[in-house]
Amino acid sequence: MIFKGKVWTFGDNIDTDAIIPARYLNTSDPAELAKHCMEDADADFMKKMKPGDIILGGENFGCGSSREHAPIAIKAAGVSCVVAKSFARIFFRNAFNMGLPIFESKDLADAVDEGKEIVIDSVRGVITLAGSDRTFPISPIPPFMEQLLADGGLMKHIAKKK
Amino acid sequence: MGHTITEKILMAHTNLKDIAPGQLINAKVDIALGNDITAPIAIREFRAAGGKKVFDRDKVALVLDHFTPNKDINSAQQCKTVREFAVEQGITHFYEGGQVGVEHALLPEKGIVVPGDLVVGADSHTCTYGALGAFATGVGSTDLAAAMLTGELWFKVPQTIKFVVYGKLNRWVSGKDLILHIIGRIGVDGALYQAMEFTGETISALPMADRLSMANMAIEAGAKNGIFAVDAVTVEYLKGRAQKPYKIYVSDTNAVYADIIEIDAGKLEPQVAFPHLPSNVRGISRAGEIKIDQSLIGSCTNGRIEDLRIAAQILKNRKAAPHVRLIVVPATPLIYRQAMAEGLLDIFMDAQAVISPPSCGACLGGHLGILAEGERSVATTNRNFVGRMGHPKSEVYLASPAVAAASAVLGRLASPDEL
Repeated sequence: MIFKGKVWTFGDNIDTDAIIPARYLNTSDPAELAKHCMEDADADFMKKMKPGDIILGGENFGCGSSREHAPIAIKAAGVSCVVAKSFARIFFRNAFNMGLPIFESKDLADAVDEGKEIVIDSVRGVITLAGSDRTFPISPIPPFMEQLLADGGLMKHIAKKK
Repeated sequence: MGHTITEKILMAHTNLKDIAPGQLINAKVDIALGNDITAPIAIREFRAAGGKKVFDRDKVALVLDHFTPNKDINSAQQCKTVREFAVEQGITHFYEGGQVGVEHALLPEKGIVVPGDLVVGADSHTCTYGALGAFATGVGSTDLAAAMLTGELWFKVPQTIKFVVYGKLNRWVSGKDLILHIIGRIGVDGALYQAMEFTGETISALPMADRLSMANMAIEAGAKNGIFAVDAVTVEYLKGRAQKPYKIYVSDTNAVYADIIEIDAGKLEPQVAFPHLPSNVRGISRAGEIKIDQSLIGSCTNGRIEDLRIAAQILKNRKAAPHVRLIVVPATPLIYRQAMAEGLLDIFMDAQAVISPPSCGACLGGHLGILAEGERSVATTNRNFVGRMGHPKSEVYLASPAVAAASAVLGRLASPDEL
């Protein structure tokens, strides 16, 4: 798949409380959660972002709580995918399980400024800065997890196996 | 090649003859846990996948502990969703109302988790049960749905970091201080995707309550699970509680570790994690003058009877400073009752504490102890992220019950030795 969009940069250790604060967890309605996406990391994020934009994080993106409301909020906000230097493990599995594309790139975050456009080619495993020929490799995804994404998440994968 | 406890438990839940770190496996689940925040999504996914019956009604635990007693209409709706599902499915381990406790205090207390179990919970602090020699890890709601439907789940076998802790703990230094020190040393992603195995003479001498506090915070170092070998302390704890026979696994002497880290615990003083990361840790003597507005003693990290006894020991014949709201949250109904029988609640009330019903509410900024803009709380909880306990411009300082109690009296971050 190809993802093309403007990046919004965030630092290291963006926790799930910052992605979707617990004060909004009295609902699991994706549209409601999306209104508050990234609120405690950048209160204006939802005003600034446009559907198709990309979140670019540093190390340990999505640390903290296991709340799947975090990837749900990001996906429902219209963010096409998340790129980070590394992901916290529960966020990582949640994203694959519920079908939010995420990519690991060690070097991209330090090489691109907020607002720039990037192109992600998930098949070739590279990220390109738009208007430049600089490329960044994506850490490979295990075949099982590629299958999860292709099937549309864990529950659909299980249904298919039956 | 030998195996660690974590590898052995995972392997025992598959049909595989051998497994290695990094391998993706499907493993059988002994307990799948959800709460009022995470279970509603799992139930939605379970039904959307055509789920009619959970794989085993004795192996699913549903605990309404987060936004309870119901904090608002939406929260009440979420609880209703879970309650109706629990009744429909005849879930054995369903807890709410006067039977509910903070899940990670409740399940060990009731003997629902035993050594050798493989537990998944749609709550990141599920790793708490590693204290009992079980493999326990936090997962998401979709994972919980899959586990409830099939009784299995996919896992990546983690590498293990071994912590060898030695030295006699100083007065007022607890398991909470040990784990804060360790997180401060390795960072919030210091054990990312890995197992943390706690060993050594200090650990052997550590009571179960302290082990549960330590395993509870393994996630704050990014770990998949924390784990302790079963010993006499574990066996004693399980007596009269374990709801089923259990199996003890021991790490092989030739097990392979990603790293071995030695900790000299004899030199430690009580620790505090400053905002806004659990790794931002320093000794209490280096805290400086930090005035507080609230002191919260409770949570799945430190809301056990042992924690309340330490707090009461310090608060006896003393009062919280006039500007400090002291909130004590016994983690389960049994702990509440014990605290009442032992006179601890009188001590807390004399200290002008508010005694909360068992709930996760305050810890995650849900209800029952929210901070306003600019306010600071010392808390015996596990997270101090931005906005964790309320306003995005409030601050949380993580510490032990001893430090939280002393700080409440003095109105600033303080060691009990300053009283």
